[in-house]
Amino acid sequence: MTKTLSVSAIKNGTVIDHIPAAQALKILKLLQIGTHKNCVTLGLNLVSKSLGLKDLIKIENRILTDTEANEVTVFAPKATINIIENFDIVKKITTRFPDSIVGVFTCANPVCITQTEAIKTHFYLEEYGKQIKLTCRYCEEQFDRDHLVALSAAL
Amino acid sequence: MAKHKTCGKLIMNNTLYGTDIISIADLQLDQINHILKTAAQLKAKPAPDLLQHKIIANCFFEPSTRTRLSFETAALRLGARVIGFSDAENTSIKKGESLHDSIKIIANYADLIVIRHTHAGAARLAADVANKPVINAGDAANQHPTQALLDLFTIKECQQKIAGLNIALTGDLKYGRTIHSLIQLLALFDIRLFLIAPEALSLSEQFANHLKKKGIKFSFHQSIEDVIHKLDILYMTRIQQERFTPLEYQTFTEHYALNPACLHKAKPNLKILHPLPRVNEIPMSIDNTPHAYYFEQAANGIWVRQALLNLLLNK
Repeated sequence: MTKTLSVSAIKNGTVIDHIPAAQALKILKLLQIGTHKNCVTLGLNLVSKSLGLKDLIKIENRILTDTEANEVTVFAPKATINIIENFDIVKKITTRFPDSIVGVFTCANPVCITQTEAIKTHFYLEEYGKQIKLTCRYCEEQFDRDHLVALSAAL
Repeated sequence: MAKHKTCGKLIMNNTLYGTDIISIADLQLDQINHILKTAAQLKAKPAPDLLQHKIIANCFFEPSTRTRLSFETAALRLGARVIGFSDAENTSIKKGESLHDSIKIIANYADLIVIRHTHAGAARLAADVANKPVINAGDAANQHPTQALLDLFTIKECQQKIAGLNIALTGDLKYGRTIHSLIQLLALFDIRLFLIAPEALSLSEQFANHLKKKGIKFSFHQSIEDVIHKLDILYMTRIQQERFTPLEYQTFTEHYALNPACLHKAKPNLKILHPLPRVNEIPMSIDNTPHAYYFEQAANGIWVRQALLNLLLNK
């Protein structure tokens, strides 16, 4: 039987795989994909052995920086991020959780100053065992990563 | 270590000069000790000219009695002049001006800004914006660092040490900004904590995790009487009525009020502290016992705030 790809290959660019289902659109927003002209291929709810369902993003002609790749892990902790050149993987980016993330999440504290002033939110990340906690730089309240990810709007 | 001459005395290198006091989390242990030492020096020997020609802006976007008057007194007694406001009603905020712009402008008028605000993180934003030192005088349920510092100064003053003390915190441990700051501050020392609160006002997971991370031994309790015989410090806080139904509030306040009869079990050195205002947590009959120390604590606010103003404005 011929094996077919659900999502077509790209010649040059970045492939982000093993994204938990429903997070790909949030990652597109994080990477500000909407503002560039490159071809982007998106796979939603693909079958995955490890995740059950997963999302996949292929971005033509854009190489993610290490900082961008680390920010992706806030939405997709087990993501694999590969750089493609001439259809081959030339680099697998080793990711780690960033120390902080700016302007991505909305603070869940209704009396945080970020709710009323025109300023970018800023969270510090910390790992507590298997849990990822984000602490707002302003109101200093701590939230579960999953809570803020669930609150964040896609696109 | 580099030394600066100040008021004819050699002091440690002042790493607080020109900085902000926003959160206890920002402070190093040596800076905290420097603040306590400076406060003790000022209490022993007042220095009325330390801030001559300086202007302090007291920006209270939320009403306050003790903190505002304490900062104002501290500044005046160091020779500074004070400008400011005691609520946001008569400011440009009411016209829709952002806090960002208000602070940017006030920073042009004053040498240091003291801010209290209804929104958590307002002081952090003010510090980002202002080109002058900013002191957080309370930002919603987040932080009240100067209260925690004066609490620590008072603990050291009345017990002659901090390390090794058994300290109980009672009342609203969940939403109280004073408790948040004090927990972070006490976690820098080798102390034992007893946390006494109704479940609905118990210490949050965030602060419990912080204590664990710092290796502080702590335990949860439902009654002051259960632990009073072990304590060196009983730190009481007010339970805020608006958080509960009238029946719940009455139950909690009765249960978590200090019963004068239980003081016969207390150690002779036990001191009772409270950031004030008290409602009915501490009956007035306790005021005249040797254990009451909350009025001395309130008075210490002047010296600790003088120390902060001096250290932030003088090299």
